[in-house]
Amino acid sequence: MKLSQYLLALLCPIIMLSSCKKNDDAVTADTKSSFTIEFEHQVNGAALSLNTTRYKNAKGEDFSISTFKYYVSNIKLTKADGTSYLIPESYFLIDESKSTSKTITLTDVPTGDYTRIEYTIGVDYARNFAGAQTGALDPINGMFWTWNSGYIFVKLEGTSPLSTATGKALTFHIGGVLDPNNTIRTFSAEINAANPLRVRTDAKPNMHFIVNAASLFTGVTDISFATLNFTMGGANSVVVADNYAKGLFRLDHIHN
Amino acid sequence: MYACSKNDDDAIAGETLVKFTIPSNFPAPAYNFEDNILTNAGFTLGKKLFYDARLSADKSVSCGSCHQQFAAFANLDHKVSHGVNNCQGKRNAPPLFNLVWQKAFFWDGGVKNIETSPLNAITDTCEMGTDIATIIAFLKNTAPYPELFRKAFGTAEINSQLLLKSITQFTAVLVSGNSKYDKVIRNEGAAFTATELAGYNLFKEKCSSCHTEPLFTDFSYRSNGLDLVSNDEGRANITGLSADLGTFRVPTLRNIEYTFPYMHDGRFYSLDEVLEHYNSGVKQAKNLDEKLKGGIALSAAEKEQIKAFLKTLTDNEFIKNTFYSES
Repeated sequence: MKLSQYLLALLCPIIMLSSCKKNDDAVTADTKSSFTIEFEHQVNGAALSLNTTRYKNAKGEDFSISTFKYYVSNIKLTKADGTSYLIPESYFLIDESKSTSKTITLTDVPTGDYTRIEYTIGVDYARNFAGAQTGALDPINGMFWTWNSGYIFVKLEGTSPLSTATGKALTFHIGGVLDPNNTIRTFSAEINAANPLRVRTDAKPNMHFIVNAASLFTGVTDISFATLNFTMGGANSVVVADNYAKGLFRLDHIHN
Repeated sequence: MYACSKNDDDAIAGETLVKFTIPSNFPAPAYNFEDNILTNAGFTLGKKLFYDARLSADKSVSCGSCHQQFAAFANLDHKVSHGVNNCQGKRNAPPLFNLVWQKAFFWDGGVKNIETSPLNAITDTCEMGTDIATIIAFLKNTAPYPELFRKAFGTAEINSQLLLKSITQFTAVLVSGNSKYDKVIRNEGAAFTATELAGYNLFKEKCSSCHTEPLFTDFSYRSNGLDLVSNDEGRANITGLSADLGTFRVPTLRNIEYTFPYMHDGRFYSLDEVLEHYNSGVKQAKNLDEKLKGGIALSAAEKEQIKAFLKTLTDNEFIKNTFYSES
């Protein structure tokens, strides 16, 4: 055995011990309650309405939206003391065309004051390759690529006069979890400590997020529909994911 | 070795109980029924679904149409799949067995889980040409499916998850590991003839680096120089990488005697053509596998020996097992 191996053997337990000391300690609470999150869909401040309204992207190009749906998953709440709670099996498909999908209810959440929320925009790596799923992840929802396993994390379809595709179509199906085209992005928001998310047995708060569909097309790279009007995974999907990671969600307010 | 077999409560006297058994010369499988407990009722339902052409858009194509048991669940005599509305697909239907050892499916490895594999064939416009919602609606309204789902899963619900899990209870138990080769390797009283043994030794020298025993594939993606420029993107369609252009999954050679035609596009009808390709036909494609740069020189006698060995990979117990047949 070389000296380096002895050192490694010595270090290992230390590394393991220290890695357990992180502030990822689980929230402990005797009581549980629930809260809701409402996702309000907009396009640059205007209400999103499918098909009927013309919007402009950051380059000033006209477009309309016929489909807008996306996954929110692995919702994690953190308290001021650093303890956190990952809501198990939290997978939600939010769909503009289904109004009930735009308000989600999180149940069995330990009561307490939470000052941070974090979630995945899309679906974690493992579930993309897992066996048959149900609920929000059911392939019947049209968000699963059958020929190249994995979920479409964000789907925006519509039209733009500038699109070179058949029917002036815009097809943005963002997904893929393998490098270099991994599109899993995480959103997090700090919550004002003066008005935290107060989960109580007698109070079920509501969080209100503004969701800006136009964020797909700006933020890091301003997209022109003349050059990018179709993507189903791959490098162009990464460009779009990097954009919406910056501006898709904004925590607007909390009703406690 | 372990075996999942049914808890005996729904066993009917005289009924064959479904079993998943790992041959002793095989490694541990990638899929182990952890989240899909194998039952007779689940297998029975899965088998019925596999053979039901009514699930396709024009009710003409079942899974079993292109995966025929007498061809080791490949498609005999078809270069490419023949789907609904007489549509010709672009690739040869692969055989279905030993799937639980596979971590990726289809010629390009695009599908990553055995349970989700049927979705591709169900939705492909050139295969079954339908969608999950249509199939679920059909099953809910067609006897005896509601009863079969209830027996299999103990619930009145029919959804895509249960549909896919039941089909998997059929496809995942398709294990082929009782060929003459296996019986020789396991010392079960069989012996190679002199020609077969010579072929086996040649095989180990010239073929087994890609067609690795005991599954006769290393599950990698390679170009074997069929064309100078492949007109099928192959693996690159999944990865987007130019290094994968024209590469395909190394297929198993088990039951190769019955799975013709060969290659991803079914271009070769006989093993003679396949061996001659490696001997003299390998094209210097851009992504040609390193190991095939000079082809694989084979004399006429060597080809006969290799062919004799390859035929020892035929598993007639599997191909003729009526338990897997349409009933």
